[in-house]
Amino acid sequence: MEFETVIGLEIHAQMKTRSKIFCGCSTEFGAPPNTHTCPVCLGMPGVLPVLNRKVVEFAIKLALATESTINLENRFARKNYFYPDLPKGYQISQYELPIAEHGRIGIEVDGEQKYIGITRIHMEEDAGKLVHDDVEPVSYVDLNRTGTPLLEIVSEPDIRSPAEAAAYLRKLHAIVRYLDICDGNMQEGSFRCDANISLRPRGQEEFGIRTELKNMNSFRNVQLALEYEERRQRDILLDGGQVVQQTMLWNPDKGRTEPMRGKEEAHDYRYFPDPDLVPVEVDEAWIEAVRRDLPELPDIRRQRFMTELGLPEYDATILTASRELADFFEAALAGFANAKKLSNFIGTELLREYGPERITECPVAPAQLARLLAMADEGTISGKIAKTVFVEMLASGTDPDVIVKEKGLVQMSDEGELVALVREIIEANPAQAQQYRDGKTKVIGFFVGQLMKKTRGQANPQLANRLFQQELS
Amino acid sequence: MEIYSLTLTQAREKLARGEITSLQLTEAVLFRINQVEDRIRAYLHLDREGALARAEEADRLREQGRAGDLLGIPLSVKDVLCTRTMPTTCGSRMLENFTPPYDATVIERLNQAGAVILGKVAMDEFAMGSTSENCAFQVPVNPWKEGYVTGGSSGGSAAAVAADECFASLGSDTGGSIRQPASLCGIVGMKPTYGRVSRYGLVAFASSLDQVGPMTRDVADCALMMNVIAGYDHRDSTSINREVPDYTRALVDGMEGIRIGIPAEYFGDGLDPEVERSVRRGIDMLREAGAEIVEVSLPHTRYCVAVYYLIAPAEASSNLARYDGVRYGFRDQDARTLIDMYRASRSRGFGDEVKRRILIGTYALSAGYYDAYYKKASQVRTLITDDFRQAFARCDLLVSPVCPTPAWKIGEKSDDPLAMYLSDILTISANLAGIPAISVPCGFSSDGLPIGMQMQAAHFNEEVLLRAAHNLEQRAGVVGTKPELA
Repeated sequence: MEFETVIGLEIHAQMKTRSKIFCGCSTEFGAPPNTHTCPVCLGMPGVLPVLNRKVVEFAIKLALATESTINLENRFARKNYFYPDLPKGYQISQYELPIAEHGRIGIEVDGEQKYIGITRIHMEEDAGKLVHDDVEPVSYVDLNRTGTPLLEIVSEPDIRSPAEAAAYLRKLHAIVRYLDICDGNMQEGSFRCDANISLRPRGQEEFGIRTELKNMNSFRNVQLALEYEERRQRDILLDGGQVVQQTMLWNPDKGRTEPMRGKEEAHDYRYFPDPDLVPVEVDEAWIEAVRRDLPELPDIRRQRFMTELGLPEYDATILTASRELADFFEAALAGFANAKKLSNFIGTELLREYGPERITECPVAPAQLARLLAMADEGTISGKIAKTVFVEMLASGTDPDVIVKEKGLVQMSDEGELVALVREIIEANPAQAQQYRDGKTKVIGFFVGQLMKKTRGQANPQLANRLFQQELS
Repeated sequence: MEIYSLTLTQAREKLARGEITSLQLTEAVLFRINQVEDRIRAYLHLDREGALARAEEADRLREQGRAGDLLGIPLSVKDVLCTRTMPTTCGSRMLENFTPPYDATVIERLNQAGAVILGKVAMDEFAMGSTSENCAFQVPVNPWKEGYVTGGSSGGSAAAVAADECFASLGSDTGGSIRQPASLCGIVGMKPTYGRVSRYGLVAFASSLDQVGPMTRDVADCALMMNVIAGYDHRDSTSINREVPDYTRALVDGMEGIRIGIPAEYFGDGLDPEVERSVRRGIDMLREAGAEIVEVSLPHTRYCVAVYYLIAPAEASSNLARYDGVRYGFRDQDARTLIDMYRASRSRGFGDEVKRRILIGTYALSAGYYDAYYKKASQVRTLITDDFRQAFARCDLLVSPVCPTPAWKIGEKSDDPLAMYLSDILTISANLAGIPAISVPCGFSSDGLPIGMQMQAAHFNEEVLLRAAHNLEQRAGVVGTKPELA
């Protein structure tokens, strides 16, 4: 039997606001436990939440970027459950009236384009963290994270393969980074993904029994976990068995999904409108103000790179994979106008060392890269030397001019100087010279190589070629 | 007359004229507390030293020419308001040794006005009850009659004000918890419009209904207290940014041009004849003062108790979830697992009435019941609010009894929660609609128990309530009559 995979993703993106969603405490990561807390986020008796309007603004940004419908009146609701990292005994979230609904995100897998629907986007507060002691059977509660603003983005069950899931996740990740509303760090948990996955016989409309996957803290793990779970469910169904509806944790060390330990209680969250908060009112003027401030989004930028700069789709897609990379590219383009050459160099030399997400860590400034390519272009150094110089630049951040000068890497383009060396080499290798004269012109590579050795790679290769041809004939 | 028996307004004038000092006033009240507290049992926490220090400080400030609306006036506050320097127990074992790390906004306002906060007074646990018998530590007693309830849940406040153990108190009112004990103890109590007074630092019972308000010896004192506590607070999203009038200017003699509505539904079955007689006499007095009297109807009144006892417990079940033994408050030390710790801490930390309401509220919000209970109740709440809007198109205020009966014996209804809930029938609609309401003494029963009249007005129309209450007070001749205590 042939099966169709059905996947839906729930993503929690931590907002990059300076303060928490309902109090003035800092959202900074990594502070000593319980230092970024106050009576409000500690859930002391008698405290009340006050909404941080920046969170609403960020939610509007994401809603606009995903073509979602914004609910001009939306409200917060309480999700009630007990856990030590949840000081009030309820999480303030949105339920019946989220801030945005009915959006979509375009993805591309194997050259095929499709849209993944977004069911809803809602605002909520994060919980704290339990820290389990390594030795004693004791757990500690750290409430620094409590009240950090989150946007939860729930997709429609429109995703049909783990590859599509990964593409959707990457696209959403790029969008929140382009919007500068989330730092997207999956390891630190500021961009988290849970998945629902089920299989159904192809052609059947009804969904199969699903499992929920958690603990996938990288793009790769999301895809691996879904691929594993897809295989596991298919095997069960092919054996005539039934998938058990449950929550599974991805074990990256063992490369498999495992049922969450302990009995999972069926939660009744008893949602109801939070009486401490008035309905959130968003008006058209606010939406328009946010829209005016929206940065260029990845799809539009990619299109522009293709039409304005004449880059192939492949290059444009790579260069717009993150806002930082696209910014880097355009900044370099200001100093070196050949977009394709620049793209090639970035694609091969730069991205090998710093991926699209890590480009800001690169010690080479866009202007320095532009200068390097310009030097190669005008013949000051050879293309080969340029790559060597770049390695040096990556290591030290030094300007290319300085490196080239200090190491004496300027290309030798003086014909008189080179011709003497060329003659010397021909004289020293009479056998090869004869071969050339007998028609084995390929041997010219050998001669150029000898010259490069003598000049430590500084000889202008085009010139070298011409001179050997001239002197050997 | 002893100085502890003055009204707040009188005491303030004497202080201003330099006839007495705050230290004398505070010592007198502390003496009074010593004298009657064994009988009244209002104070859960009394901060003698702190009060005397505050009084001396107030006298010093006055010498320096500083003034404050409550400079040097000894007050008490219900133990549901967070105080940084005193425990805040909410009358519960759960918070027996709990001192909050911050002051409620209304406490800050009292302090800024120069008040001398004497201590924290008794209440039904987490403000759930109508007699204060649900206090985990002590049950306050009605100053007018030994062995009788003070009403509740702000029973400690009402008893302390009535017994001259403070000049005024702050209470909280979720379904009548200021007005009903004020009525049963013969004092003035006002529940302001929802949003008029900050709830920040008021330990929540039912967030959409709770409101802090003054409990005082007379109407002028009530207006003065309102001047201090009313106003916008950015820490409370439900507080409303609207100008605060000088409430003391609302006490105009005469009721000309004021139309009073009498809702037939508030004079129905179960109303004690003495209460009805007394209230109707009060209505006559208001007519004599120049008011026009009209009959009005609030047709959805009969649903009020049902709606209230769904919405209030539902919100409470969530509000009280934070008392889990993890961070503060009572924790059962013997429990071995997390779930056992939750269960044991909450089973032992909360009293029966609180647990009853958490259970009712949890049920009302449960999947499959939400629509039938919580949601339906919220819809009916809108209808109840509409009733008031229509009524206030025809009149300026509504007059009724506060409680169907005068005070009853301690223990008389404590085994019958339903009878207890029904005693709230006349007060809870004001909370459901969010409108202001006041309780003013209007007479006594044949066995000497006070009877109060309730007045309700449209949102933010506290001034018309104060005016009417002032005129009733002038004519009823009840204020100044004191219970006979040791």
